Amino acid sequence: MRLILAALLALGFCFGSARAEVPVPPLKARVTDLTGTLSAAQRDELEARIAAYEAKRGSQMAVLMLPTTKPEEIEQYSIRVAEAWKIGRRKVDDGLILVVAKEDRTLRIEVGYGLEGVIPDSMARRVIDERIVPRFRAGDFYGGVRDGVDQLIRLAEGEKLPPPPAGGGHAAGADPMQYLVPAIIFVVVVGSIFKAMLGRFPGSLATGLVLGAIAWVLFGLAISALAAILGFILSIANVGRGGGWASGGGYSGGSSSSSWGGGGGGGFGGGGASGRW
Amino acid sequence: MRKYLLALIAALSLSGCGYNEFQTLDEGVKAAWSEVLNNYQRRADLIPNLVSTVQGAADFEKSTLVELTNARASVGSIKATPELVNDPDGFAKFQAAQGQMTSALSRLMVVAENYPQLTATKEFGELRVELAGAENRIAVARGRYIKSVEAYNILARQFPTNITAMIFGYKPKANFTVENEKAIAVPPKVDFSKPAGK
Repeated sequence: MRLILAALLALGFCFGSARAEVPVPPLKARVTDLTGTLSAAQRDELEARIAAYEAKRGSQMAVLMLPTTKPEEIEQYSIRVAEAWKIGRRKVDDGLILVVAKEDRTLRIEVGYGLEGVIPDSMARRVIDERIVPRFRAGDFYGGVRDGVDQLIRLAEGEKLPPPPAGGGHAAGADPMQYLVPAIIFVVVVGSIFKAMLGRFPGSLATGLVLGAIAWVLFGLAISALAAILGFILSIANVGRGGGWASGGGYSGGSSSSSWGGGGGGGFGGGGASGRW
Repeated sequence: MRKYLLALIAALSLSGCGYNEFQTLDEGVKAAWSEVLNNYQRRADLIPNLVSTVQGAADFEKSTLVELTNARASVGSIKATPELVNDPDGFAKFQAAQGQMTSALSRLMVVAENYPQLTATKEFGELRVELAGAENRIAVARGRYIKSVEAYNILARQFPTNITAMIFGYKPKANFTVENEKAIAVPPKVDFSKPAGK
């Protein structure tokens, strides 16, 4: 008898742990509505607001509306969303996520590490209590999300963050490091030609001098000398045959305005606040 | 020449046996653990404020406050160092002390509900949110720590990397225990007993 009970109990546990959690939906747009609450026009409107913020600040935000997070608490679910979507820039960690579980009547704002300064938990809580919940109570879901998003944007704009990429044109003084990869390619291509023509040592010397001359025009004397030496060393060390420079890395494709690139790799540590209505 | 070759082979076979992977995962565990410690500290830092706010309320039940103060003392008596992960006994003690703190805090919050003039104050409301945030961060950091230790321990136990672990004396690291995890996976309810913003 006891054995049967134990077996039943064990089975129960198995099933218990196998009970599926709500999966995190794929990140396709800034606003994801699985409940069908928002009209297409409303969704586009929210999307445009967040896209404008993203273009201006470089930070990212996402909204997710879903029926329920059960069996998990909204905190557990939303951190999984944050870990899967990686909203916000890598290392800057300036992401914001608003999760609304409509049937549970719970919501949560997840704040990325980088924004915990301007949006501390108590502030996130106030956005929920003062901007979102009153409208949700009145059944105005679009208005609640819109006001919440607007308020979060206003708060986030108080934080000093690195500027958005390629937004307002580069500062006057160009950064020599930006030209490192082109310089290496130059050395590989031109260096191998010179070396074939002049021999290894004179060819490398010539490569270094040409690179130095180009650097002089672009950046001035100090960097020119550095570039000349670098060009010479790289050339004589035969980088042309080494291969291995294949992947440039770091240059993720330019962000076109039509299609969104998705999460930028921002990190979350459980900051933010939850509420219910 | 032969000597260099041997050294090279040794180095290659070492990296083949997961030596480097051990280093990477070990660093990962350390980072995850500091995050856990940070967030426990965040919670502990709230306590003086919480106690003084609660004491302001007329004749607040003394026993809960005493319990909290004791819990804080016992947490403070344990040196929370990064090395704790390699010391199962110390780890267990740390965990027990923090568990005591968790229950003392949640009891305080339950008791506080009987003092409407306290819970209505702005300070208390903010502390409550801060505490919920700290608890949530602790839950997240613990979850990440558990995962990173899992990866490390699998490497330390699996063949053939267990041989590398044996040679260099890498032991499986202490993790949060399962019974405890069931209770703790859900952040303690300090916040949502009532609808927001009433």
